Amino acid sequence: MLGRIVKSSIQNNGGLNRIFTSSLSTNTSISVICNKRSFLNIVPDPSVGLNEDQKQIQQMALDFANDKLLPNAPKWDQEQFFPREVMKEAAQLGFGGIYVKEDVGGSALSRFDAALIFEALSSADVSTTAFISIHNMCAGLIDTYGNEEQRQKYLPDLVTMEKVASYCLTEPGSGSDAASLSTKAVRDGDHFVLNGSKAFISGGGDSEVYLVMVRTGGPGPKGISCLLVEKDTPGLSFGKKEEKLGWNSQPTRALIFEDCRVPCANLIGKEGQGFSIAMNALNGGRINIGACSLGGAQASLVAARDHVKVRKQFGQSISNFQAIQFKLADLATQLYASRLMIRSAAQMLDEKDPQAHVYIAMAKLFACDQAFKICDESLQLHGGYGYLKDYPVERYLRDTRVHRILEGSDAVMRLLTSREMLKDL
Amino acid sequence: MKIFVPVKRVIDYAAKIRVRPDKSGVDTNGVRMSTNPFDEIAIEEAVRLKEKGIAKEVVAITMGPKASEEVLRSSLAIGADQGVIVNTDKPLNPLSVAKLLQKLAETEKPNLIIMGKQAIDDDCNQTAQMLAGLLKWPQATFASKIEISESKDSVKVTREIDGGLETLSMKLPAIISCDLRLNEPRYAKLANIMKAKKVQLTTKTPEDLGVQLNENLKIVSVEEPAKRSGGSKVTTVDDIVASLKKHSLI
Ligand SMILES: Cc1cc2nc3c(=O)[nH]c(=O)nc-3n(C[C@H](O)[C@H](O)[C@H](O)COP(=O)(O)OP(=O)(O)OC[C@H]3O[C@@H](n4cnc5c(N)ncnc54)[C@H](O)[C@@H]3O)c2cc1C
Repeated sequence: MLGRIVKSSIQNNGGLNRIFTSSLSTNTSISVICNKRSFLNIVPDPSVGLNEDQKQIQQMALDFANDKLLPNAPKWDQEQFFPREVMKEAAQLGFGGIYVKEDVGGSALSRFDAALIFEALSSADVSTTAFISIHNMCAGLIDTYGNEEQRQKYLPDLVTMEKVASYCLTEPGSGSDAASLSTKAVRDGDHFVLNGSKAFISGGGDSEVYLVMVRTGGPGPKGISCLLVEKDTPGLSFGKKEEKLGWNSQPTRALIFEDCRVPCANLIGKEGQGFSIAMNALNGGRINIGACSLGGAQASLVAARDHVKVRKQFGQSISNFQAIQFKLADLATQLYASRLMIRSAAQMLDEKDPQAHVYIAMAKLFACDQAFKICDESLQLHGGYGYLKDYPVERYLRDTRVHRILEGSDAVMRLLTSREMLKDL
Repeated sequence: MKIFVPVKRVIDYAAKIRVRPDKSGVDTNGVRMSTNPFDEIAIEEAVRLKEKGIAKEVVAITMGPKASEEVLRSSLAIGADQGVIVNTDKPLNPLSVAKLLQKLAETEKPNLIIMGKQAIDDDCNQTAQMLAGLLKWPQATFASKIEISESKDSVKVTREIDGGLETLSMKLPAIISCDLRLNEPRYAKLANIMKAKKVQLTTKTPEDLGVQLNENLKIVSVEEPAKRSGGSKVTTVDDIVASLKKHSLI
């Protein structure tokens, strides 16, 4: 590791001293060493409570994040660059199919392990990690619900991220009420003919594989099926690349289907099973997005802690003020609670607990809301500097904001939770 | 060709170091530990030689308490074939380690031993040299490039010395200690991390190897380096030059 760090510092900065001198600055180019030191040596320490195997996985993901994502994340954000090559490198380590079975090249790890990985990666770059998490959700969906032929045909290229996948549920007229979707698929011989559109699709226009929820039957969830559509299928086109507040290292586009013919062989699961497939995939997705929020919040908190220690006002370090000390303690506590909820929900999913979806909803609601607040308060602790792009906090703030909206907004998480609570009355 | 790579579990290079209040050593309680970075480079080099078809087998060896098995697992995840731990809770100094390695080498007969030039905890930089002395094998320290001959009976090693680079040629078996610039270690893949968990490790003790641990080196006191005192501000270039001269830096 050190070798790699010393080398890259020689290449990038023209001197070993960089490692040592940069520890004095608090701007975006904080050295890898200091970053690693901070991520694990701050309360709450993300490795607390993990066993040796889990720590090793976390460490590996963190090393990769610090070497490959952190130095580039600000640039990717500003230039709206989708880092396909670096994602392939991540996939070589097993991040392209974390919970996909081994026969097609997956890593066959648990959801808990996946959450650790997404948390570690997002501490460097929330946006890119969130896309990797969506891709993993799609690969996991095909692995679970696809037939053998579909698995063998698509998964080997997906786990290496030679191809990437998008999840397509939302439509212009159907967001939180996803079961009301109206993209129609009508059977014609051995094809489905698709008409309609999907909105806000992460990876849209760039991904090679699209998992599209379509209406093949009557209204309501039972009339929905899941179809795999390849990028170059005639009749599929894309909207313009959306301009966004955050998540800039990945494209978001609409999908437009005009008499788009998709082979019936691309039906994932059974006809009418699509909504259930989509919701089950989202259960894992929500843990992943929650984990991405944790990483962003941790990185922001570290930056805030480092800043208040060096920033002097009223003749002293501002970390001497109790208001600041208590703020830090509150943020750490919120982060710790969020992390425990996400990890516990992941464990429930691993154990196939029938109640998992409710606990996942609570964990996603709490973690994504709290993590955003932590980024916001960390920015506040930076004063005006936090508002500048020279400092990393504003990027984490922008990137974690959307986690409160997508893969089920806060309202939907409350719906799922309260529905379960009121069930027996 | 069989390659031995000794690996040491040390305090992680990024961890904050605290000296124990009684000055008996560095506090390792709750401190993150990892593989000595120089040893990671040694493992990487050995695995590359295997991947090139030059070496057949890479054996990672560690010494110390049971927790040291972690660094064997990490080495296996990078690509070592076997892991051996010489288990002891006693403190180990370079001579003891060299003697233990000597015994292992005498029975297992590796063709090459690649090791880190030093461990980042005590920075001794002695084990490779002592081991070469005990085994009476040739040694090349601070390697930045390793080339095995076609016939696999000799090795050319480029080493980093004060004046620049020096190239040595040695007959095998030999000992090489490596420097930072030899290679850039890879990340272990998730799949390999999981596979490494399943590999059966070999456990031995110093008694098994018939080695009496050398206890004639005692740590008297470990202390923090002196705190850096603040520098002074200079206003002109002449001041800088004068100041640098004063501290005989130019
Ligand atoms: C950057 C980005 C990427 C995305 N990527 C994808 C993707 O890859 N695939 C995909 O399918 N979708 C994606 N989405 C879409 C996302 O999942 C939806 O935006 C989200 O589900 C909310 O739907 P909506 O935007 O239609 O909001 P609406 O459903 O219109 O909600 C508007 C507001 O009303 C609230 N609300 C809704 N219903 C209720 C209720 N019953 N009670 C109280 N409050 C309610 C919501 O919480 C929200 O605050 C993405 C969105 C964004 C912004």
